[in-house]
Amino acid sequence: MESLLSLPVIISALELGFIYALVALALFLSYSILNIADLSTDGCFTLGCAVGAQVAIMGHPILALFAAMAAGVCSGYIMAFLQTKLGVESILAGIIVNTGLYTVNLAVMGFSSNLSLFKCDTVYSLCKDWFGSTWYKLIVSIVIVVVACVIIAWFLGTRIGLSIRATGDNPDMVRASSINPGFTITVGLCISGSLTALSGCLIGQYQKTCDINLGTGMVTIALASLIIGETLIGKSSVFRRILGVIVGSCLYRFAIAIALRLHIPAECLKLVSAVIVAIAIASPYLKKQIAFQKKRLAAASARKGGSRTC
Amino acid sequence: MLKLTNIRKVFNEGTVNEKVALDGVSLTVEDGDFATIIGSNGAGKSTLFNCICGSFYVDEGSVYLDEKEITYMPEYRRAVEIGRLFQDPMKGTAPHMTIEENLALAYLRVAKSRNSVFSRIGNKDREKFREKLSLLNMGLEDRMKQPVGLLSGGQRQALTLLMATLIPPKVLLLDEHTAALDPGTADKVIALTKRIVEENHLACLMITHNMHSALELGNRTLMMDAGKIILDISGEERAGLTVDGLLEKFSVGTGKALDNDRILFSKIEGK
Repeated sequence: MESLLSLPVIISALELGFIYALVALALFLSYSILNIADLSTDGCFTLGCAVGAQVAIMGHPILALFAAMAAGVCSGYIMAFLQTKLGVESILAGIIVNTGLYTVNLAVMGFSSNLSLFKCDTVYSLCKDWFGSTWYKLIVSIVIVVVACVIIAWFLGTRIGLSIRATGDNPDMVRASSINPGFTITVGLCISGSLTALSGCLIGQYQKTCDINLGTGMVTIALASLIIGETLIGKSSVFRRILGVIVGSCLYRFAIAIALRLHIPAECLKLVSAVIVAIAIASPYLKKQIAFQKKRLAAASARKGGSRTC
Repeated sequence: MLKLTNIRKVFNEGTVNEKVALDGVSLTVEDGDFATIIGSNGAGKSTLFNCICGSFYVDEGSVYLDEKEITYMPEYRRAVEIGRLFQDPMKGTAPHMTIEENLALAYLRVAKSRNSVFSRIGNKDREKFREKLSLLNMGLEDRMKQPVGLLSGGQRQALTLLMATLIPPKVLLLDEHTAALDPGTADKVIALTKRIVEENHLACLMITHNMHSALELGNRTLMMDAGKIILDISGEERAGLTVDGLLEKFSVGTGKALDNDRILFSKIEGK
């Protein structure tokens, strides 16, 4: 195990895990809480990266975080607008926004398919002197993600947060208790979009590069992290669920890191991801099935034993 | 005061499945009025409630609340003044949220100032919730941190009633809200309903299939059939009426409706 996971591998897995946890947190809001399958995540992630990269290149790496979040809010708002004002199904709205964002992202990147951040400062390079060269990336990521998580946890306890939760939990009740579901969905998706874009921005600054295909498959990865977290940590309280999101995201990164250490070629990584995602999503169901089969076999053998004695 | 004038609602208009759900209903319910509504399935009772709440908009006619026209006001805005309970106890509460979180949502009706949108549940709120919950006599005041999904149907319905009346609305609509409960719990919820309506002087409409409670509860009884109100009794006439008398009136009423159906059929055949 030691040869499999050296300290640098563990650290880089944690760094990525924390950064990608923001996307999982975004999906926690849209998918788990609002019950909306937000397929615009892929495009929104790249949008955050592109906007963040451009602003960082201009020399404002910290402003880049907020610019990316603002871009994410716009993306989330369009998604919500399509759903609540134009009556487009949530899955279709996501696909439409995602498709449109591809062109938008290219435009933001100046119609080139990648941008390099090697020559400019990033939030990471700014903090390098303070925390030492081994830990600085991890510390910056943890700080940003923990702040985001605390804000979301606090927000979900406010009246507006409660009404967003109720919107996904029982739409009938929400309408009957004077909450406008269109409004809560819009707020929820805007926040979710800003988190996704923030994550994209951090990844861009972390890898010092932005690629137009960066976000491809992001929604599956985030979903996997979310479900790994829910399976392991449970979903009894908002705090536990948010903790689960981070744990799930880190575990997913560890799985990928181990796959890489086992010399699985990089071309096969997407397949490995897909298998991990499938296992993660299927595991709660399989757990139940196995428990049921055990019970059934035990009951069958008990009946046999009983009939012999009779 | 709730006033409906000449409400008409048709489903699937212009198709073979056309159904006139409400056919020129006019009704005025004063503050403090507690009217029970009876009628066979498909008489238009729930449709009437949906029109009052704004679940869908009416085809013709107007809805007024205290002289203010609300015919085209969206459902969530009407909900500030109109409380509603459904037959299904699962419909009125959010199952994955705790009891106190559900109650806090009910307070949103009066959250007028901008700041309160970001306010959280404080100890003052908790005390108030605890006090209100203890009135239910179900021990819910000690389970405020538990998700509502763990409660029984009766407990959830009682909680919904409390939520709908925590900030007293002007109108309370009860759609067979005790039909899915066991007799004991149903009695408890009915008693609670009675007390809340009397204390807050609400205008209340209650759909019921129970002839006894249709006559015992409230001060007015309405009978609906085929999208029309065919009987509206109150005062002495109602006080003297027995269940048998009511049933007789019911069959007289539906008898008329049957004739109408025949006329309708003969018209179609004639074509």
